[in-house]
Amino acid sequence: MRQERAHSGDDAGRRASGELESAVLAVLQAAGSPLSPGEVRLRLGDDLAYTTVVTILSRLRGKGVLDRRKDGRAFVYAPVADEPGLAARRMSQVLDAEPDREAVLTRFVSGLSGEDEELLRRMLGEGGG
Amino acid sequence: MHLAVYLPLVVPLLAAVAAGPLAARLPPVAATWLLVLSALALALASSAVLGLLALTALVRIPLVDSLGELSGPVISQHDPASVPVAIAAGALLAATVIVAGLVLWRRAAALAAAGREARGLRGSGQVVIVDDESADAYTLPGMPCRIVITAGMLRALSPAEREVLLAHERAHASSLHYLFTAIARLAAAANPLLWPVASAVGYTVERWADERAAAVTGDRDLAARAIAHAALASSAAPARRTVTAAAVLGAVSLPRRMRRAGPVPRRVAALLSPPPRPQLLLLAAAVMLVAVSGLSALEAARDLHALLDVARAKY
Repeated sequence: MRQERAHSGDDAGRRASGELESAVLAVLQAAGSPLSPGEVRLRLGDDLAYTTVVTILSRLRGKGVLDRRKDGRAFVYAPVADEPGLAARRMSQVLDAEPDREAVLTRFVSGLSGEDEELLRRMLGEGGG
Repeated sequence: MHLAVYLPLVVPLLAAVAAGPLAARLPPVAATWLLVLSALALALASSAVLGLLALTALVRIPLVDSLGELSGPVISQHDPASVPVAIAAGALLAATVIVAGLVLWRRAAALAAAGREARGLRGSGQVVIVDDESADAYTLPGMPCRIVITAGMLRALSPAEREVLLAHERAHASSLHYLFTAIARLAAAANPLLWPVASAVGYTVERWADERAAAVTGDRDLAARAIAHAALASSAAPARRTVTAAAVLGAVSLPRRMRRAGPVPRRVAALLSPPPRPQLLLLAAAVMLVAVSGLSALEAARDLHALLDVARAKY
């Protein structure tokens, strides 16, 4: 067994906090049932300090992404299921890590250059030249 | 083996040059099928030729000859391809297999992730509206595909324009456009010369969905406006860009500027013009080019087979 580190500063510093949040969120999404911080830490696989995991879980709860309830002596966390907007947030957080994500989506409109934008306004008859 | 064996390695260059004009001139459904099938056939033909060339190096190794009961003198007398060329072909083929395998695996993983995401979306309807201020809309591939539209995008469009958006995304979902782009991308991984063909397919599937939306709503101008408004709304969300020098000058004529324009203005311009007519001559020329490539690969295979037959008889 690895020694648990008491302080969390260096763990959190190694990976951007957003990246950790989406990793934690992905673990909870995949689990399908509420998890305790210890279970989340185990499934993350990284040697994160317990306190780091708790910090991330409460931060996500603060953002309204996670629900918390008491299970025996510990708290267990689960994604908020039906909050509108969560789907979008979750998608951009979890799927952005996927290298080919953009390629598999067929977007209604792709990005515009400044010149494209001006060209479109002109085509719409809004002027802009 | 004569020079024809190298033809399948050159034809993708022509395809790369022709892909853009074909995508712009042919009706999008025909263009998509033509480009995807051509990319697939050309990638297979060039890989096959690399394999044949590599094989000619292999059969010059005495051990291979004795194992295959082939006559070494007969093979070197006919000199199918120079040894350095054959070895280079073998190395290229190995790189092709590795890169294509990698691309296939990554694309499959991305599609699987998208499929899981599509299943995990709220509700069971095809269309999911997410409460997000930024204007965005896309089809998430899966079984079935889900269409994701943000509240910001809905607000940016008029009710009639929303119909265009829905018809466009439904066309992506029902015609399985993600498979077309995946196959073209895989062909480009096998033969990097086919990259322009793969990116042209990305454009033609958008045009396919645009034309479908125009047909469903029965109004090409409306479809053009919907795309233009959606594009402006989604690019307005990030910091507004400053007006470019070309815009200030304004002296350049519209058609000339169109040539350098991005995909969205070209899609809008295509909808503002009459629907493209099938151009059988252009189509036939493209099909012919691909057929020549395939036939020369077959011819090369037959040559090598005949040589090996002779070498086996003289063993």
